[in-house]
Amino acid sequence: MNALLQNYKALLIGAVALAVALLASIVIVPETHQAVVIRTGQPVRIFNLFRPDQPYGQTGAGLQLRIPFVEQVQLIDRRVLDLDMERTQVLSNDQQRLQVDAYARYRIIDPVKLVERAGSERQLEAQLLPILTSVLRQELGRRPFTALINAERGTAMSNITHTLDRQAREYGAQVLDVRIKAADLPEGRPLDAAFTRMQTDREEEAATIRAAGQRDAQIIQAEASAEAARIYADAYGKDPAFYDFYRAMQSYRQTFLNGEGQSSMVLSDDSAYFRQFKGNQ
Amino acid sequence: MTGRKNPWGSTGKSDEPASDRPGGERGPSGEDGPRNPWLPGGGEPGKRRSASIEDIFKGRGPEGPRRRGGPGGPGGPSFRLPERPGGKSWVPVIIGAVALIWVAATSIHFIQPGEQAVVTWMGGKYSHTLDSGTNFTAPWPLQMVEKENVTQVRLEQVPGTKAEKLILTSDQNLVDLSYLIRWNISDLALYKYQLSEPQNALLEIGEAAMRAAVARQQLDTVLTGEGRAEIEQDVRAAMQARLDAYRSGISVQGIEINKVDPPAQVEEAFKDVSSAQQDADAAMNRARAVAQQLLARAQGDASEFNDIYEEYRLAPEVTRRRLYYETMEAILSKTDKTIVESGNVMPYLPLPEVQRRSQGEARPATPRGE
Repeated sequence: MNALLQNYKALLIGAVALAVALLASIVIVPETHQAVVIRTGQPVRIFNLFRPDQPYGQTGAGLQLRIPFVEQVQLIDRRVLDLDMERTQVLSNDQQRLQVDAYARYRIIDPVKLVERAGSERQLEAQLLPILTSVLRQELGRRPFTALINAERGTAMSNITHTLDRQAREYGAQVLDVRIKAADLPEGRPLDAAFTRMQTDREEEAATIRAAGQRDAQIIQAEASAEAARIYADAYGKDPAFYDFYRAMQSYRQTFLNGEGQSSMVLSDDSAYFRQFKGNQ
Repeated sequence: MTGRKNPWGSTGKSDEPASDRPGGERGPSGEDGPRNPWLPGGGEPGKRRSASIEDIFKGRGPEGPRRRGGPGGPGGPSFRLPERPGGKSWVPVIIGAVALIWVAATSIHFIQPGEQAVVTWMGGKYSHTLDSGTNFTAPWPLQMVEKENVTQVRLEQVPGTKAEKLILTSDQNLVDLSYLIRWNISDLALYKYQLSEPQNALLEIGEAAMRAAVARQQLDTVLTGEGRAEIEQDVRAAMQARLDAYRSGISVQGIEINKVDPPAQVEEAFKDVSSAQQDADAAMNRARAVAQQLLARAQGDASEFNDIYEEYRLAPEVTRRRLYYETMEAILSKTDKTIVESGNVMPYLPLPEVQRRSQGEARPATPRGE
């Protein structure tokens, strides 16, 4: 054993060194990343650079080689990345406030530029976020509130995308689109005011409905009364004098018989009722 | 390296037969007795047997006979393969078998129905996509396979919690809305490699599309469900357009709005509107009832009058008299009467007495009259 070690010492050391060198010179580039090879601070090669029409499997992903220790490799994301803006308050040109939550999707198309100017994806994000926020404020601040609610319509979003894209290209990134995820009324007074408006709106509606119901009810009753009057007139109109008599009789019965309280009558013997009573006719 | 320690090592004649025996029978006595402990021994049968059983159990324990300098010698369990014919080593055979199992296990892939798998070369380079069925690839780690269910429809509930999600409508009202996104993977490779966070992207795109769609509708059309189908359509189309633009490999199967409510703060007012509608209906119902009563009464009265009038027309004077007397009779029979003679006699009206009498009669009926 020892003899073996002694004899092949040089060979063994050589083999190990070779293996280490080989391992150190292999770069694993996943499909999801681009690799920038930096030799003494200078980007020299890119593996797996993004090209839009290149199908997977024919890209430069996989095992690649570099000169160990001399060349450093920086992996840069190749996928569509998400730039999630924090909620920002935007003032419309009619001085109303809106909380806007937006996102941008971008892709790094020039990793060398990115490495040189921003350093890494994380730093790029830190650079782009304030730009996105200010562009959004500027662009939306030129519009009235009603247009903000429906900001997806019209040119606002494409303007914002365009402006942000121009800035992002300085860092080797391409902005695919900017979207407004949420546009809300700020908590507190604006939101409460909206609630109050909605509430009074509904209260008005409720009152209107109730009033309309009352009106319709009255109309129904009035029409019925009119119809009843017509029926009465039709019947009684045939002989008004008899109606007078007949109704008087009904009225007496109602008053004296069905009415409340005791009735005492003082009758003159002149009354028609006593015509026969006196027996003088 | 030296053949002695290798369990599969060649020959090793010196420790050959004895090491196969689990518990050596060579007690301290060193006599060459029978090996089987169950058979009676030589000189003293009873003593001998019990001792040998004890020995066996000792031998099973950690301090077995090997410790006592048994022929197994120092070193692990002395398991040994039977010798291969021809005296060659087993090593290549075993290595071959393991390699075969390895290749079989890692290069044959059964992809279940509805699943797909992405095959990548060592180092992460995409090779191809496997469809369902039996597939062959190069063995691991040359090629690696990642399976994923692609036909299964995944559900994303937004918002995930019970929290209120207020969305502005075009008339600047707020509506509390929750919806469900149904999606699946349409292209596994794109899904894996195109977007950094596909699921998050899906949710964000959905949110933006939903807000945009609701912002195009009036509150009432959203609430009544009239605009719901349109919103769902709009959102699905918008989402799919965005996802296709990113080449995300995601297919949106559908959007379902499962809750549309007014915000909790103003819910009472909204409920009051529907109760106002009920109130209005109630008022109208009551009016209709009264109207029916009025009409029925009028018709009844009219027909009664008509009947009597028919009689009256046949004999006006008699009917008139009859009605008059009948009425008077009915009235006067139930009332107190004081008849005053007109003419020369001075009319005397005992009013107090009349009053007393009427009060006296009324008292029992109305005790608190006084």
